[in-house]
Amino acid sequence: MLLHAALSGLVFGFYFTLVGLGLNLVFGVMRIVNLAHGDFLMLGAYSAFWLFGLYHLHPLLSAACVLVVFTLVGLPLYYLVVPRLLAARDSEMLSLILFFGLQQMIEAVTSIAFGTTERSIPGRVLGSGPVRLLGQALPTSWVFSAGVSLAAVALVYVYLYQTRLGMLTRAVMVSREEAVATGIDLHRVCAIAFGLGLGLAGIAGVFAPFMLGSVTPAIGPEINIAAFAVIVVGTLGNPLGTVLGGIVYGVSLMLMQTYLSSWANLLPNLLLIAVLLVRPTGLLGRRVRRA
Amino acid sequence: MRRGLRDVLFVVLPVVIIAAVAPLLYANELLLFSFVMYLTLAQGLNAIYGFTGYLPFGYVGVFGAGAYGFAISVMILGLPPFAALAIGAAAGVMLGLLLTPLLRLSGAYFAIANLAAAQAVYQVVSNPALQDITKGPYGVSLSEVFAPRLSYEVGVAVLAATLLAMAWLRNSRFGLSLQAIREDPISAAMAGVAVVRGRTIAWLLSALIAGLTGAVFAWHISVFYPETAFDIGISIFATVFTLFGGAATLIGPLLGVLVLYGVYNTIGITVPQYFQLIYGALIVGLVLFLPDGLVSLLTRRGIRVP
Repeated sequence: MLLHAALSGLVFGFYFTLVGLGLNLVFGVMRIVNLAHGDFLMLGAYSAFWLFGLYHLHPLLSAACVLVVFTLVGLPLYYLVVPRLLAARDSEMLSLILFFGLQQMIEAVTSIAFGTTERSIPGRVLGSGPVRLLGQALPTSWVFSAGVSLAAVALVYVYLYQTRLGMLTRAVMVSREEAVATGIDLHRVCAIAFGLGLGLAGIAGVFAPFMLGSVTPAIGPEINIAAFAVIVVGTLGNPLGTVLGGIVYGVSLMLMQTYLSSWANLLPNLLLIAVLLVRPTGLLGRRVRRA
Repeated sequence: MRRGLRDVLFVVLPVVIIAAVAPLLYANELLLFSFVMYLTLAQGLNAIYGFTGYLPFGYVGVFGAGAYGFAISVMILGLPPFAALAIGAAAGVMLGLLLTPLLRLSGAYFAIANLAAAQAVYQVVSNPALQDITKGPYGVSLSEVFAPRLSYEVGVAVLAATLLAMAWLRNSRFGLSLQAIREDPISAAMAGVAVVRGRTIAWLLSALIAGLTGAVFAWHISVFYPETAFDIGISIFATVFTLFGGAATLIGPLLGVLVLYGVYNTIGITVPQYFQLIYGALIVGLVLFLPDGLVSLLTRRGIRVP
């Protein structure tokens, strides 16, 4: 039982890494909080239902479509909103409120368009029968989603550490002023990071029906807290930190659900507060992140 | 202090008088109470967000703690309403004290941690395991102390006290020092401002206001569920109202409540999803084009607003 909880926690943790990854990228690069992150995830899930219902598209193909489309949507959205926001006096705080507004709009439009019923995709689409790992049976769809998450982390890692644009992105993360002073086109770098952040949220959404059961238009805020717990436990701007955060989150969630199930929903909140108070830089952090 | 007196005479007094006589002119007392409640909460949020720049996204946690402090005192301890109000306010302040370590966090971290704390309190209160004390998710009923008229008047009294406190903050040395902390904590500390103490006092004042408002809310509506008392929408409303009117002023939050909550009550209840859409768009537009609120239309031209 302990092994099963730990193992399924690990698998869940990889998925939650994907949930937090886009938020981490946006926050790490732009120092703004995309409070609509969970809603882009929800939109990703609805796109998956739609593509599956109409064309019986495999979720993996849907994920690819969603990544491209959401990234492309992110670019104009960035130029519409963020440069003005970054110029404001207290952009970090105002971003919370602004993206809350956006979140409300997305939730409202989705409710008007699709209604508030719960949607789900049958898990057998991703392969039938359980997968055996170390003698423990896990649903194939979970393992599949975890695999996609790891692939996404690897892609982000390659982007940040192996490409020129990734190097510029890391420079902006370290110091925006110095990056601008060395001639980096701030808004181009940020716009791509913003688009990628939305794209990653979208992919996480495609697999949300399998991992979270069902999805409604109102799921966004709940996802945000979990995503925040994950990226705060790990470290900002560091995709490997997000993996660690995801694992800590997933394993402790599963342990709580196994041994103390009535209090399990407290976990993300308490984890978030505890880590922020005890180790505000996150588990892998070195520098103190104070504004 | 003459300016403070003027603010009290021309802003606080008219608002309180109108709030006090409104039930004689308009029959929907619950709606009026909601206005009084949001007027108070927006000012309470103003004390911490407007003056120190810390955004308590989970402000409703303190409000709910006050409501449940009141409810538990009445249900379990059998206290009379006024004693229960004191316990509710104390519950709010206690939660505020418990959360003071969060003030070490800056910017968005404080806001998110505060939201997480509010969610945690909600999950504890609504947990079926604590049904004997809080009635868990099934909600509380306080019909034995139900007194809509009296509790409305107490709500107006709380509003009056809050407005006086805010008029003081707006015009006092202490309020100015808080704003100095918001602008630049390091320079403020070098100028001799006790940064940590200032923030803590502002936060506890804000928590006291929310706890007291929550307790009065519990008394006035007397039947409620955890999701009503801990509705995150209450935090959001208070924040948006404050921001819309203009933070760190006395009339900003008042204007915000009157305009936006008025709009909400005319269109929000009949078509909630379209209202949510308009509301979201309004918030986005506000942050982008008028980040300092309605009053900045005047202050930009050098006109001082209370």
